[in-house]
Amino acid sequence: MPGKLKAKIVAGRHLPVMDRASDLTDAFVEVKFGNTTFKTDVYPKSLNPQWNSEWFKFEVDDEDLQDEPLQITVLDHDTYSANDAIGKVYIDIDPLLSSEAATVISGWFPIYDTIHGIRGEINVLVKVDLFNDLNRFRQSSCGVKFFCTTSIPRCYRAALVHGFVEELVVNEDPEYQWIDRIRTPRASNEARQRLISLMSGELQRKIGLKVLEMGGNAVVGYLQCFDLEGESGLVVRAIGTACTLDKLIPGTVLNECMCVCVCVCCCSLILSGMGSGISVGKEAGPLKTLLRQQAQSALEQREFPFFTLTCFPPGFLVHIGGVVSARSVKLLDRIHNPDEPETRDAWWEEIRQEIKSHAKALGCHAVVGYSESTTICEEVCILSASGTAAMLNPRFMREGCLDAGGSDQRLSRCGFCHIPYDEFNMPFPAQLTYCYHCRRQKVPDVLFTTIDLPAEAAVTGKGCLIQARLCRTKKKAQGEVNATAISNLLPFMEYELHTQLMNKLKLRCMNALFGLRIQISVGENMLLGLASATGVYLSALPAPGGIQIAGKTPSDLSYDQHISTMQKRINDTIVMNKELYNIHPPECIEEVVGSPIPDRQRSRLFRSTSESSDELSELDLSHGKKDAFVLEIDDTDAVEDIQSLLTDAPMPAGFYSCNTEVMPGIYNWTSGLQMFTSVRVYRLNNANLTNQGLNKIFTDLCENLLKSLYFKLRSMIPCCLCHLNFTVAVPEEELIQVRRHTPKNTSPILSIFPRNILNEEQLQFSMELCGESTSSNNQPTAKASERCSPLPEVRSRSLRSTRSLPCGAPVTVVKMTPLSFLPMTRIVKYLGIINMFFIRETTSLREEGGVSGFLHSFIAEVFAMVRAHVAALGGNAVVSYSMKECVFMENPNKNQAQCLINVSGDAVIFVRESDQEAIPPLITSGQTSTTGADGTT
Amino acid sequence: MSVELDVFVGNTTIMDEEVYQFWLDGYTVNDAVKVRMEGGVLEECEASAEVLRSDTMDQYRTFQMCERLLHSPAKLANQLLFQIPPHRQTMLIERYYTFDGVFVREVLGKKLSKGTKKDLDDVSAKTGVTLKSCRRQFDNFKRVFKVVEELKGPLVENIRQHFLLSDKLARDYAAIVFFANNRFETGKKKLHYLTFQDFAFCAGQLISNWTVGALDNMLEDMDVDLEKEFLQDLKELKILITDKDLLDQHKSLVCTALRGKTKAFNEMEANFKNLSRGLVNIAAKLTNTKDVRDFFIDLVEKTFVLPMRLPCRSDKWTAGDMRLYLTHYTNSAHILDTFKHQVVWDRYMGVIKSCILKMYHD
Repeated sequence: MPGKLKAKIVAGRHLPVMDRASDLTDAFVEVKFGNTTFKTDVYPKSLNPQWNSEWFKFEVDDEDLQDEPLQITVLDHDTYSANDAIGKVYIDIDPLLSSEAATVISGWFPIYDTIHGIRGEINVLVKVDLFNDLNRFRQSSCGVKFFCTTSIPRCYRAALVHGFVEELVVNEDPEYQWIDRIRTPRASNEARQRLISLMSGELQRKIGLKVLEMGGNAVVGYLQCFDLEGESGLVVRAIGTACTLDKLIPGTVLNECMCVCVCVCCCSLILSGMGSGISVGKEAGPLKTLLRQQAQSALEQREFPFFTLTCFPPGFLVHIGGVVSARSVKLLDRIHNPDEPETRDAWWEEIRQEIKSHAKALGCHAVVGYSESTTICEEVCILSASGTAAMLNPRFMREGCLDAGGSDQRLSRCGFCHIPYDEFNMPFPAQLTYCYHCRRQKVPDVLFTTIDLPAEAAVTGKGCLIQARLCRTKKKAQGEVNATAISNLLPFMEYELHTQLMNKLKLRCMNALFGLRIQISVGENMLLGLASATGVYLSALPAPGGIQIAGKTPSDLSYDQHISTMQKRINDTIVMNKELYNIHPPECIEEVVGSPIPDRQRSRLFRSTSESSDELSELDLSHGKKDAFVLEIDDTDAVEDIQSLLTDAPMPAGFYSCNTEVMPGIYNWTSGLQMFTSVRVYRLNNANLTNQGLNKIFTDLCENLLKSLYFKLRSMIPCCLCHLNFTVAVPEEELIQVRRHTPKNTSPILSIFPRNILNEEQLQFSMELCGESTSSNNQPTAKASERCSPLPEVRSRSLRSTRSLPCGAPVTVVKMTPLSFLPMTRIVKYLGIINMFFIRETTSLREEGGVSGFLHSFIAEVFAMVRAHVAALGGNAVVSYSMKECVFMENPNKNQAQCLINVSGDAVIFVRESDQEAIPPLITSGQTSTTGADGTT
Repeated sequence: MSVELDVFVGNTTIMDEEVYQFWLDGYTVNDAVKVRMEGGVLEECEASAEVLRSDTMDQYRTFQMCERLLHSPAKLANQLLFQIPPHRQTMLIERYYTFDGVFVREVLGKKLSKGTKKDLDDVSAKTGVTLKSCRRQFDNFKRVFKVVEELKGPLVENIRQHFLLSDKLARDYAAIVFFANNRFETGKKKLHYLTFQDFAFCAGQLISNWTVGALDNMLEDMDVDLEKEFLQDLKELKILITDKDLLDQHKSLVCTALRGKTKAFNEMEANFKNLSRGLVNIAAKLTNTKDVRDFFIDLVEKTFVLPMRLPCRSDKWTAGDMRLYLTHYTNSAHILDTFKHQVVWDRYMGVIKSCILKMYHD
């Protein structure tokens, strides 16, 4: 059944001069949808044309409405030669297809050209009339809502969580078609942009169909990725969690977060996908079995019980097993039928099966916080998937039994820390203790997860960002040899990253990691691993032991001395960190309960409390003990570990950072919010570097980047960097060298894009700096409110000016944040998903300020275009924003560079919560549970 | 290992006012880093020189990208590329258009042409303002000049609206435009002691009293040019010095009024005729463009300013003396029966009096 798409071109402004003779432009506009094109009249001799066109009407299938973008091209009319294109605007009309989202798209859009960047703006109005569709066999899925947010969106309630949806489409990459040899770079870029836009439309439609089939009405945690495989094609794939969402009546929002009581327990496990043999724990306690049976019946129908959510409705999460991950190395040139999705589907199927079996091994029937990624280098492609094995409450997956929220879950308040697997048949060695919260059930000593810290979790002290960085060299190789070399290295890298994380965690005296994200990227002659997570001290888990250093052969005196100074430094750091993160766990409990705690644990606890007093005796006490975390420094790896442990620079005062949505242990947020993106690329000059050398460099790079951020944001202290998202890439020794020179002795380009999309929040502390905090706090709030006032003084002045200046409506301020919420505000409406892909190319790199200048303006342009689209939908913010892809290629010799950026997020309307109390509800509950926990102990 | 690329972009554009000033002042990145390091930012935040350098580069890039917008400040408010809070926008514009007093003194009254721009390196060497900054300031003058040249209505208001400047700065620009348009000579040695603000004040007086717009600001023409008719009328004032009776009468009226009120009375009496001749001659010659250019030199040379500033004279007129003298000089003319040009006289002397009083200092 068709729908009617209507578009109207109102005006343009700030157009570039296209006619050098008159310094003016004769602009007209082409509006294209599908195969239909309309044109406006030429508006002669103006840089601010007023077309005020009629309504252009397109009658199209709703299938096309979902797939195709509206394409608006602004051109300069030329009587004698071909018309010159000024630029284009692609408008995704998907938000208009859902009844609840936006009804009209209207506003100024930057006119974008892939060679020149933004060239003026155009004012466009777009509407859609949809006719009701009752056809059961339809191919469209209009009305299914998509959210990038990895939690249940704020103004909805999850009636039902259906589960995992995935889809993958493949197409030939226009850049690699034969025609690319003869067409202009602009045409090639535009073909690519258009294709990806089409493909993601198609992908969304297909996923929507699956959701409808499952009976859902929305996709939450929608994660779409591009794989630029090169010769073998271009893959767009997406995963998400299908849900049935009910719209909440405003006012009930608060309850949602209050009645939460599930806590998390995890164990430390990284199951690397490279064939680590794991036995499945079959036996389980009677209660557990019951729960599992219920859940299994609900989940069994699903092929993959995966959830892309990282934040859950109350009562949803029961237990957590630990991180599961799988990686697999594939050769792209071995795909038999590159244009068909089958091969890739099979690859992913394989990996998902592996994840599923890992989860089973942990006694869990579901995986939460699930995500997938790829890294491609030439013909080698690593597919990775990771998530957190968990036990879920089955009620959410069956229909009609959802109403009672989490009320009965309150009972499990003390039981939440159970391990989901069986104590005597553990899938991996771990030390179990009785829960420090309820004293009845077993908990592991450390836990790693990929999800966000649940709001209700009892936390001691504050959290912090923990990163493990690793660099491994690899021989240059081709094809299968290369793939084998990489697969052989992967398990070791995973293991080392894990060890590093563990060490750093202990050094900070913490016992749990949230939001763990491990990224491994391949270069021609090296592998890079970067693991980021937020460390916290969970009150329910045992206190971590210290780190002991031991030399294998304590032969001579100076060596011993060396060890003891190292040990002293480590111990000092631990003590310092305890203070820094305000970790003062209650210590008296042990003696009271006594009996159920194995001796081992008690001694460890004792030790960890005495650490600060006496290092020497400490060394003796713990030496050789099984449970102590011993680093033997005869081992070169360990030396490296210690080095990296101690070289982590402390954060400057007033700064906090984490990679999760909220900072554990900090509860007072202001609405001053700043999102930024930073990209760095380094070139390694020295071709023959050792592993250690590389590691050192890599660590320094990351540290420097963080330092830079702290410095830049120093005026915003106290401030917290949230959702700090690092991405690393080792661009192939691409194009530049390989094409033109022989690759002999070329310097390896370790180009690292620690692209951190991060988010900075002002916060106020209740304890320290009371006097200061108010002032530093007021200022940004004032700033923000000024930003929001629609008609500032300056602008009104310009409106009055005598010359007819191109002044339209004032620019709406659009906030962008990778968080799923905006502190101190309430999201009243979700307007639809933003998913944009841009290519920018230049042939005058030097003139544009070199690579930095080029990328700087491109990122600024991307931000501007995202803001413009959100504003046109009527929104004032983007939440869950992320820059998924940022591929940068340069060829300085030819003065050329190209960059691809993919961004996504949810457009929303928010209102300031000025009358409500200053603390977001979600965090309040966390706080109360903390105090509650203290009360019970 | 070297940094190939280093970029930091915020959704709300982050700017450091201190670095902005360095950029405006034409410091290179290296110089700015050096100054910042000496400024002690490093100790504050435990940052390294590398960090500081990267930050400075980022900021410089941002400013360079904004510069295009700053050329037409109205665009800054409705452009989409940078999200800048309004108070920041105002700061950016105001600072961008702010100029150095020493620099403007060098180009004031000169034609804003390519030739003048070529000589900016000399100006730079002389004033100590970096060449880059000189160019920026010069281009600003030129840009403002070009825009308001074609506009109707009051000069100051036009500048304020088009460049979104503060009232004070708009007035200064009006003065610069006015001086450039009329090509007033300000570079002569005798005028060196005068600051830009002295000239700006005089320009303000001239603009609001002697131009076409002064009478009716909705009039077709603009108030960059002096009113022709008025200049023509000024010739009539010559009667005050050519008619012997009138001159004597005028003198005695002034002397009667001044007697006993000031120590400098004797000087005043002795110089009356010279001074009156000087003043009226300036008025009579203003129809010539060349003499308009020399207006300020003439004021200094031929009237009070120079003789009265001679330091060796013990009986130097104070500013108060000067005010007293000029007041009576102006008012007495009204009592002269045969003097018919009262309106023109007032319009002329009003401006002359305030200009002289402003210029009457060391």
